[in-house]
Amino acid sequence: MDDRSPDDGIVLTEEQKRRRRARSIALAVALGALAILFYVVTLVKGPGVLNRPL
Amino acid sequence: MSLVSEGANLAVPARAELSAAAAEPSMASVGDYLALMKPRVMSLVIFTALVGLMVAPGHVHPVIGFTALLCIAVGAGAAAALNMWYDADIDAVMTRTARRPIPAGRIQPGEALGFGMTLAVGAVVTLGLLVNWVAAGLLAFTIFFYIVIYTMWLKRMTPQNIVIGGAAGAFPPMIGWAAATGGIGIESILLFLIIFVWTPPHFWALSLYRAGDYAKAGVPMLPVVAGPAETRRQILLYTLVLAPLGATPWLFGYAGAIYAATSLAAGAVMLGLAWRVRTGHGTAGEPAARRLFAFSLLYLALLFAALLTDRFVGAAT
Repeated sequence: MDDRSPDDGIVLTEEQKRRRRARSIALAVALGALAILFYVVTLVKGPGVLNRPL
Repeated sequence: MSLVSEGANLAVPARAELSAAAAEPSMASVGDYLALMKPRVMSLVIFTALVGLMVAPGHVHPVIGFTALLCIAVGAGAAAALNMWYDADIDAVMTRTARRPIPAGRIQPGEALGFGMTLAVGAVVTLGLLVNWVAAGLLAFTIFFYIVIYTMWLKRMTPQNIVIGGAAGAFPPMIGWAAATGGIGIESILLFLIIFVWTPPHFWALSLYRAGDYAKAGVPMLPVVAGPAETRRQILLYTLVLAPLGATPWLFGYAGAIYAATSLAAGAVMLGLAWRVRTGHGTAGEPAARRLFAFSLLYLALLFAALLTDRFVGAAT
């Protein structure tokens, strides 16, 4: 699988792959935390969650 | 002013140079993105917002309070990232900021812009949906003010940059208050004014011993444009206003004895240090400016901590 030539485009180094993976994990954690936050606030507000006067 | 502009043309690298690496795959680590959010500045923002939230009348559910602080913190981080995106050219020539992620080449400008905009919109919308839209509106205005009014417009244009721009840093306790009450009270306006008047002596003390850096970058800070003597004079003038202003929450009956003692004592120390800066000259003036800068951070922390303590003591008795 590693027989690509330079013409194949950008080939990430191992370090770049490692950092991209770390960024992806951080993004997944942040999105998961956001979903949990919305869920918990919905529980806290109860039926009042639909009552949001501007 | 023209000297400053010429200096900027000579010293500051073109934006095109900074984005030359845009085609390279990103080498940014998670830590680099966190650094983009200026975590040290964020900690003061969170603390002042927390005090605004806690001293406000009424009760806030801890989850709602936590959500408000989280959104304010992320909003502050977004503003910091956008500031670093716009100021990457001058950050690159200043010793204090040259190691920041963008000038150091670890994060590309476009990445910082996308990161900052996403966080800014996310923080404002989340605050609006989960807490209230008054607080969200204030947060949005604060980010706009810091980026457009301060960073893009005033910072490179006038020595009054940090005087007017200081408003952006003064909003967090008001946002905290609005998160708790859904409105803006006189007490939150006083907290805003204290940080607003505190900002010039705080920043000018720093810029007194960093004037060379600012001159190199073409930023018209007061010591660069008007000279150190005028800066020292204005530091003292603003501190003369700040010391009594710091006591107004007590004078207006919003705070008790702990806050009164703290604000009066800390105000007196601020005044003493500002006087030392005013009378210090040449190399002897630098230690005085460093001491004032360091104490100014403590001053604000002490005042807000005293306000919080007063509220808890008042609630317990």
